[in-house]
Amino acid sequence: MNGSSIIGLPSVLSVGRTRRRRRIRPHQIAISIFLVMAALFFCVPIYVILVTSFKSMNEVRLGDIFALPQRWTFASWKYAWFAACSGMRCDGVSGGFFNSLFILLPSLVLSISLSMLTGYAMALWDVKWANGLLFVLFVCAVVPFQIIMYPLIKITGFFGIYGTTFGVAVVHAILALPILTLIFRNFFRSIPGELTAAAMIDSGSFWRIFFEIVLPMSGNILIVVLILQITSVWNDFIVGLTFGGHDAQPMTVILNNLALSDTGENNYSVDMAAALLTAAPPLIIYFVLGKFFVQGITAGALKG
Amino acid sequence: MPAVEFRNITKKYGASTVLEKLNLKIDDGEFLVLLGPSGCGKTTLLNILAGLLEVDDGEIYVGEREVSNLDPKDRGLAMVFQSYALYPTKSVRGNLKFGLSARKLPSDQIKQRIAWAAKLLRIDHLLDRRPSQLSGGQRQRVAIGRCLVKQVDLFLFDEPLSNLDAKLRTEMRIEIKKLHNQLQNTVIYVTHDQVEAMTMATKIAVMNKGIIQQVGTPDEIYDFPENLFVADFVGSPSMNMLDCVIDRANDSVSAVDQCDDLVFELNDYKWRQAATNGQKVKVGFRPEHFLQLNGMQPAAKYLRLERRAQFFEKSGRDAIAFLDLPSRTIAARVDPPYADRYRHEKVIPVLLPLNKINVFDAESGQRL
Repeated sequence: MNGSSIIGLPSVLSVGRTRRRRRIRPHQIAISIFLVMAALFFCVPIYVILVTSFKSMNEVRLGDIFALPQRWTFASWKYAWFAACSGMRCDGVSGGFFNSLFILLPSLVLSISLSMLTGYAMALWDVKWANGLLFVLFVCAVVPFQIIMYPLIKITGFFGIYGTTFGVAVVHAILALPILTLIFRNFFRSIPGELTAAAMIDSGSFWRIFFEIVLPMSGNILIVVLILQITSVWNDFIVGLTFGGHDAQPMTVILNNLALSDTGENNYSVDMAAALLTAAPPLIIYFVLGKFFVQGITAGALKG
Repeated sequence: MPAVEFRNITKKYGASTVLEKLNLKIDDGEFLVLLGPSGCGKTTLLNILAGLLEVDDGEIYVGEREVSNLDPKDRGLAMVFQSYALYPTKSVRGNLKFGLSARKLPSDQIKQRIAWAAKLLRIDHLLDRRPSQLSGGQRQRVAIGRCLVKQVDLFLFDEPLSNLDAKLRTEMRIEIKKLHNQLQNTVIYVTHDQVEAMTMATKIAVMNKGIIQQVGTPDEIYDFPENLFVADFVGSPSMNMLDCVIDRANDSVSAVDQCDDLVFELNDYKWRQAATNGQKVKVGFRPEHFLQLNGMQPAAKYLRLERRAQFFEKSGRDAIAFLDLPSRTIAARVDPPYADRYRHEKVIPVLLPLNKINVFDAESGQRL
């Protein structure tokens, strides 16, 4: 019995293959060419950066940017992380990394918790002037940061948080609030009305409905917002530059200084390694959370 | 157990008035069905009672208590929704528990109530499942269970069976009715399905365009419709209506349908208000009130009709004959064998008992 099924399997497959003989159509070729070009547009620079970071300066000077390193070396990576000089300080991008981390975490907690609660209240509860507030939020979301930069510096200075990582985090949170609140509000609006009505009759408690009903249903949108926020806060330059002062500059600012302020010749391999180190965290986050992002945690819908 | 009373309820959406000065009283332990076409305001009325919508004017009483300004949770009621509205991230047990732990009940009492409701609804084997793992009928049971555990005296149902298939709907109908007989709490049930209304209700309130047309027992609604809308809306196929003119001669009263050459003698009709000679009326009679010729004289006076049947509609138990009149066709219910017997004849003879006739004023639509 076993033997026959093993023999049977390839024949079934081959039948399937003959039946599904597809021809490649012209428009498919066109699409493929476009996709390959788009992929190369991103992949070629990344390849160059990657191989350069593993070369010694002697090899870089040869100018053959596409060649693989003849001798792989981690020296540039080590130097970039621990010892590269940014202005007067020579402790690599590691200090910037931790600054960025201490900026990122509080800003995530602040912005997401506040905007989620505001969005929840606006979407599901009777809030006075909710529509007016919504309009103000919308306007705030499109106001360019540069316009309010100076007043914000004064305000953070007044509260004594200018030049601290917490200060930068607060500014990030404030800037993100309008758009995040809009996103959360629209998501909560999409929760079926009968469901919230049932919760109102059952409990009627603002916090209980939030934590027991609404929050468990928000996995999907939380991951979208997390990716959005992590990427924008980590990649930010101007907020960190203007509010970081001396000691709270994020990794991006350190990277910039490091690439510009090296005396003598540009140490390209160190710059490339530092750039990769700076870009890595959001990439890693995206690969980890992206799986959920695509999957969508929509289990337990109302009507199956 | 509470009586529910609506006093002068007015509800507007922007410029359009959905309910205006609506009054309705529901007695203790009543199973009241709000029946009406979609958009007639019945769900709005239910949501107002539940506290999900605010009224623009008027008061609501549950028992002696005015609840118009209370939060939904404080009104002492429970509600079943059309979409079931189960909490998708909670297990069945969690769904039943949510309303109870919000009321800070001791946990042994919560356990006891959940066990009681689960046993009553036969969902005790499903307690650890998620709503997405349940069938439509099971979800409906859980939704009802969520009401039961709260042990309140007033249940609201908003078209709870319309998402189920026909067979399950019949089953759940009986089950809800049984539950009501057992628990004897007040139920207000919204539906547009007249079969549900007729079978389950102890009282029906027929609504149209935000106005309560008639409140009565299912029999009253069916046999003595208060106006043309109720007569037309309740019953399937709907009541036959003929345009007639009242003819008063000597001591006898009759309604004459001139274009169809029919005379309905109305000497024994129970008039609400006397009809004047020459008054335009509509005479209504139900298809299922027709009798067949079977050699016996019916007890009441009758009108004999012999008309050509345009076609028959057979549904197993019944056959509806559509009879030709000069101005229109009318429907008459007969037994399927009777329909078969007269299928190839020119005319089919049927008798219309005159005591089953309804007369409405043609202008106001009110029952005479």
